[in-house]
Amino acid sequence: MIRINEKTIEKFFFLSAFFSALVTCSIFAFLFVLGLPLFSGGRFFSIITQPWAPHLGHFGIYPMIAGTLAVSLLTMVVAFPLSLGCAILISVVDRGKMSWLLRKTVEMMTGVPTVIYGFVGIFLLVPLVREIFEAGSGMCVLSAVLMLTLLVSPTMILFFCDSFERVPRSYGDAVLAVGGTEIQKFLYVTLPHSWTGIVIGFTLSLGRALGDTLVALMIAGNAVQVPGSLFDSARTLTSHIALVFAADYNSMEFKAIFACGIFLYLFTTILVCAVRLVGGRRKMAG
Amino acid sequence: MRKFVEKIVPLFSWMCGIVLLVAIAGVLGYLFLKGYRSLGLKLIFGTTPPLDAFLMRRPVFNGLFPAIVGTFSLVFLAICWAIPVGMAAGIYLAEYAQGKTKQILDLFFDVMAGLPSVVVGLFGFSVTVFLNRNLSGRIYPCLFISSIALAFLVLPYIIRTTQIALEGLPGSLRMTALALGASRLQNIVRVLLPQSLSGIISGVILAIGRCAEDTAVIMLTGVVASAGVPRSLLSPYEALPFYIYYISSQYVDQEELATGYGAAIILLFICLVLFGLAFLIKKRVNLYSLYRA
Repeated sequence: MIRINEKTIEKFFFLSAFFSALVTCSIFAFLFVLGLPLFSGGRFFSIITQPWAPHLGHFGIYPMIAGTLAVSLLTMVVAFPLSLGCAILISVVDRGKMSWLLRKTVEMMTGVPTVIYGFVGIFLLVPLVREIFEAGSGMCVLSAVLMLTLLVSPTMILFFCDSFERVPRSYGDAVLAVGGTEIQKFLYVTLPHSWTGIVIGFTLSLGRALGDTLVALMIAGNAVQVPGSLFDSARTLTSHIALVFAADYNSMEFKAIFACGIFLYLFTTILVCAVRLVGGRRKMAG
Repeated sequence: MRKFVEKIVPLFSWMCGIVLLVAIAGVLGYLFLKGYRSLGLKLIFGTTPPLDAFLMRRPVFNGLFPAIVGTFSLVFLAICWAIPVGMAAGIYLAEYAQGKTKQILDLFFDVMAGLPSVVVGLFGFSVTVFLNRNLSGRIYPCLFISSIALAFLVLPYIIRTTQIALEGLPGSLRMTALALGASRLQNIVRVLLPQSLSGIISGVILAIGRCAEDTAVIMLTGVVASAGVPRSLLSPYEALPFYIYYISSQYVDQEELATGYGAAIILLFICLVLFGLAFLIKKRVNLYSLYRA
């Protein structure tokens, strides 16, 4: 009797794992099947390259791809040095109160809801950007980049600190023993030995910047155009999905959001594969 | 050159640290300065007496009560779906899966964890449309659909934390009960799970926080701006994060905006308490479980 039960429960374990993996596949399958009309008849290429002009019959998502890449890559340009600096302050330069305060703050920041950043962005950052740079409405790539920086930095900082701590102590002690300073130890020993952790933290954060919806939706302005400067309004793939969602279900306009979904799926999958190639799950698992 | 770099690095790191602290203090400080005045019973219950609201005797019109109830029921349902499946999958991955199977499942769960929440929401919506056309015309986006979609969103976190907590147990612990004649399942249920409980619980709490704050998934699967307290699983509902988003673009007067600030503070408080709890239960929360897409 007990034996039979045990087999049933073990089957449940397996089915759960199988079901979860199936969900991952079916998400892609659903996006693909529903977006299929867009891809048939050699229209796939035009989807990527065309502009978005529903009244002319163009349903290209090129502006959104450009918007997503601009916002997320610029976010990384700001967030990467900032996070590296903070991680260095926490684990190398300062070992006292500031280090403790910063670490606790960063841990707390990982729990701040995304919509809060968007909300404060609209009422605090956007007017600031508008006043300081005299940039139209203030809803622009720059505003989104600054808020997204706050959103993605904490995870990156924690990943960096963790990878610094993983370098064996004896390596660093050797530098100190021959008269090196803490900074020298960090620059010439710790940093070169922790590059996998740095790459992984960077890649995961890039994935997060790509996939975030609310911040870009609320403060990037959402104009359908390829942003030409920091002060241009932009629409990301994620906000496009959230915005067009309300339109008529059978229209081509609506079908195009599945193309956006597929692109987001592919982008993030590529990043996840990159992380696995660099470090494998062991590293990621911490 | 080297001397210069060695001098500049500490300076730069101090600058970064201060910039980050000032920025986050600015964001949260602004929120509190603008919002603390609106905090109070009136924010939540409007003009309805609290007791009447709780007993559903009278609906709350101009308070956050429906949104808070909506968020709580949503989170509760989503976690109820996600925990059994997630933990079972995590156990399978840690204790049963081997070789190729394990590698492939690993890859799938990593991909799933990296999916943007708006994509999961889009999936939830497509499934609803599919069911509406092929099964029954009465299926519309609702609380039930949202909770399932949210469960998919947090499933990978629960799988991972369960798996990592189990895999982190020392080999000696693993073998003891087996050596005394316990079966594999008995060993898992009586020894390994209790030992890794703190890791699993802190993962579940983080998943709850994730459910409470997510906006993109519910936007696409049934949340609306005003619906009152959800009457059934199949009805539309309100939720705090969506309310905040909605108010930020649709507010008509300062009073309504003030409720938005109040809602933001309440949501922030809920999420920070959950994160604090997770850290309290397990001093070093697994970094991977902090990552979200």
